[in-house]
Amino acid sequence: MTVNGEVRSADVEPRTLLVHHLRDVLGLTGTNVGCDTSSCGACTIHIDGESVKSCTMLAVQARGANITTIEGMATNGELHPMQAAFMECHGLQCGYCTPGMVMAATSLLKENPNPSETEVRIGLEGNLCRCTGYHNIVKSVLTAAGGAA
Amino acid sequence: MTAVMGTPMKRKEDPKLLTGEGKFVDDIQVPGQLWMGMVRSTMAHANIKGIDTSAAAQMPGVHSVYTGSELADMDLWIAPLPCVWPVTPDMLNPPHYPVAAETAHHVGDIVAVVLADSRYEAADAAEQVVVDYEVLPVVASLADAVAGEKLAHQDLGTNQAYHWALEPAPEAVEAAFASAVHTVKGEFVQQRLIPAAMEPRGVLAVPSPHGGELTIYSSTQVPHILKVMFAATTGIPEQKIRVIAPAVGGGFGAKLNVNPDELLAVTLANRLGRAVRWTETRSEAAFSTHQGRGQHQTIEIAADAEGKIQAVRVHLNADMGAYMMLITPGVPVLGSFLYTGVYNVPAFGFTCDGYFTNLTPTDAYRGAGRPEASYAIERAMDMLAAEVGVGPEEIRRRNYLAGGEAFEDLETASTLVFDSGHYGPNLDAALEMAGYSDLLAQQQARRDAGDKKELGIGLCTYVEICGLAPSRALAGLNYGAGGWEAGTVRLLPTGKVEVVSGSTPHGQGHETSWSQIVADKLGIDPNDVTVLHSDTAISPLGLDTYGSRSLSVGGVAIAMACDKVIDKAKQIAAHQLEANLDDLTFEGGSFSVKGSPDKALAIQEIAFGAFTAHNLPDGMEPNLNEQVIFDPPNFAFPFGTHVAVVEVDTDTGGTTLLDYIAVDDCGNQVNPMIVEGQIHGGIVQGVAQALYEVAEYDADGNCKNPSFLDYLVPSPTELPNIKTGFTTTPSTSNPLGVKGAGEAGTIGSAAAVINAVCNALKPYGVNDIEMPATPMRVWQAINEGSQG
Ligand code: FES
Ligand code: FES
Repeated sequence: MTVNGEVRSADVEPRTLLVHHLRDVLGLTGTNVGCDTSSCGACTIHIDGESVKSCTMLAVQARGANITTIEGMATNGELHPMQAAFMECHGLQCGYCTPGMVMAATSLLKENPNPSETEVRIGLEGNLCRCTGYHNIVKSVLTAAGGAA
Repeated sequence: MTAVMGTPMKRKEDPKLLTGEGKFVDDIQVPGQLWMGMVRSTMAHANIKGIDTSAAAQMPGVHSVYTGSELADMDLWIAPLPCVWPVTPDMLNPPHYPVAAETAHHVGDIVAVVLADSRYEAADAAEQVVVDYEVLPVVASLADAVAGEKLAHQDLGTNQAYHWALEPAPEAVEAAFASAVHTVKGEFVQQRLIPAAMEPRGVLAVPSPHGGELTIYSSTQVPHILKVMFAATTGIPEQKIRVIAPAVGGGFGAKLNVNPDELLAVTLANRLGRAVRWTETRSEAAFSTHQGRGQHQTIEIAADAEGKIQAVRVHLNADMGAYMMLITPGVPVLGSFLYTGVYNVPAFGFTCDGYFTNLTPTDAYRGAGRPEASYAIERAMDMLAAEVGVGPEEIRRRNYLAGGEAFEDLETASTLVFDSGHYGPNLDAALEMAGYSDLLAQQQARRDAGDKKELGIGLCTYVEICGLAPSRALAGLNYGAGGWEAGTVRLLPTGKVEVVSGSTPHGQGHETSWSQIVADKLGIDPNDVTVLHSDTAISPLGLDTYGSRSLSVGGVAIAMACDKVIDKAKQIAAHQLEANLDDLTFEGGSFSVKGSPDKALAIQEIAFGAFTAHNLPDGMEPNLNEQVIFDPPNFAFPFGTHVAVVEVDTDTGGTTLLDYIAVDDCGNQVNPMIVEGQIHGGIVQGVAQALYEVAEYDADGNCKNPSFLDYLVPSPTELPNIKTGFTTTPSTSNPLGVKGAGEAGTIGSAAAVINAVCNALKPYGVNDIEMPATPMRVWQAINEGSQG
């Protein structure tokens, strides 16, 4: 598989979840685990440009895939516009849901570059945050989309 | 330097957390680590007749398997898990060890532990352990516990752990009820809640077998408290223990405990000389992490003909769960002082009975006793308004302390002295922001049109106790520790600043706010400040983060340490500039002599001079490095008015939160962006209690909804944007005039939402709805006419 632009190969146990492979084997610990029922979205990454909950997939299923994790979002020390918007709008507190939120929000904007507030809320339905009450997360995504929050 | 205090500075914490660079406990790996897999009791109350570990021991990657009795024989601990808040001298507190050797008292009680090379292997092997249980009768609810037919702990002979009373004037309460024109009585259930911080708890204990030190990484709010408690329970010398709370993914009270899993990791690592770790799974958390609330409340108000309160009388039954955790018994006690709310209550009485059940222990959850109190009094005030025949805003106005005017240092019927308050304008601001009269008109218009979707408007004016706390006040409550906080400010030779914070963040943005305080005080750039925290080796003194205390105790300590630095720097400046102390002014980070502006020294230059120590006043110690340990003279009492606007579909019982307006007053603010964020998050946790969340147990004491599939932590779609506003009434409890904002939202919101639901359903004769107000409950209430 290609992860954040680098080819990475490893022998994996067939049952290893992709999220554990990324975290424990490749050391990409930015992708978090918040649940065991595919409910929280903390583990969201991009596979071939689409957002995927990496706890719902086995590592072997990602063979040959092009994966981007939160570690691959900033380039040359510059935050990705979505990351910058989260910082600008205080879209994170403890930061645990944040990598997943940023990944989910980025792919949301790819599909719908100018979402309404409601569309953002619906688009992020699979991502839970216990700290922010979502207000500033929604604001961050709308800001990244270029709309006024 | 322009002022940075009071500005919405972007957070210093964010770049790391946004890029995946932040390290949570589970992100840290050490060579040779062993993973713990917990074998948890599947029975809520059972004797352990035997445990067969042979199959588990044969599993791949398994290092060892220990049963409870084997662990008990290993002399790993010298005392049970601590409860530091024995609220009465005769409180019952059955010994609680990390592993149940003979009897399990709740589903999830650890009965054996597996050590293996990987998290998967540990989990697999734990499943292979076979436990033979002799099932005992289960106390599966608070009602069961009160009924007393079954015992949660057989050897105690009773389920009641304590009776606690705050009855400063019982005769006055009796007399007020005897002569009251209006009385109302509310009976409310504070359902059990699962705190659900997004990062599950975790621990990694790393020994140094030859040096004898132990480094413990924990997803905790309280590294300093853990250090003391690890020493006290394991006998490992305290000075050998270092606790580090790395990035912590939310706490909300759930991470302020001393937990069995952590003690197992610490003691096994110490004994085996190998790193031992554990990370909770989400579905395990309902059994392994304490829960919140769990109270039955009865509140009565006696009032005169105008609805002016004459007395408030409260009784609680409180569910402790299976064991007393760190502050389990104290949670309802902490709330007791707030059942008089923001009101002038001439006479007050409160009693609480704590009961054991065979359920997951309870303890602090965002607000800890205070949301419960605020809920009861604010619901009861709406009942009183209905009884007297005035609006909810009017009943509140008639009863506000000091008539709604500004006050300072006012003694209340619950014996506390409120630092400051000014409730009238706060209510006005909230009503105006909400467009209250328009809302009432819309509600009427819908009713006139026979709309099946009712509009409901709910108010709440809350007050909270935060800034825990004056150590002497805590002593009076029999709490086992003080309430001070430490802060150190250190100027480095190059003029940069290191701040050491005793209070430990887990999302609150201490690095940013403390930098703002220091920058403002010292007249320097906030980016020249680094805040060190959350590691007992770096920040040896602290009492950590809970009870909305960080800013009003810890932040104040840092501000005071800055003052000490400035005082010393001024003496150096006077010495070096050959000027009188009185002739020096300090502005914009520089000392200058009045009248000769060219004679000046920047604080950074003084820092270098203090470091070289070449030219200091006689007898002065080198360096600018000052510590303050602040023990506040009083708590702080933030307040605010919240307005919830709901739509209730009377066909389906579904409730939608349409709008939420919060006008809070937390005194002076350091970073309004952070304050607002705290308020948002707090509000949503209260809304969640009002509408969605409950930990449900069956008659056998099993939690029916431990995972995120059935435990309804709200998602973004359930919520509206939140409109926030502020009034500012500085605290008299500290020199910054700050209060606290971490729990405020939660303390105000559940009552506002349920008041709104009940307001919507008034035409249907409904005067109460139990939380969470699910569609089913609302529908039933509509169709039965009344729940109250
Ligand atoms: S960890 Fe993948 S959805 Fe929760
Ligand atoms: S920022 Fe803490 S869970 Fe979202």
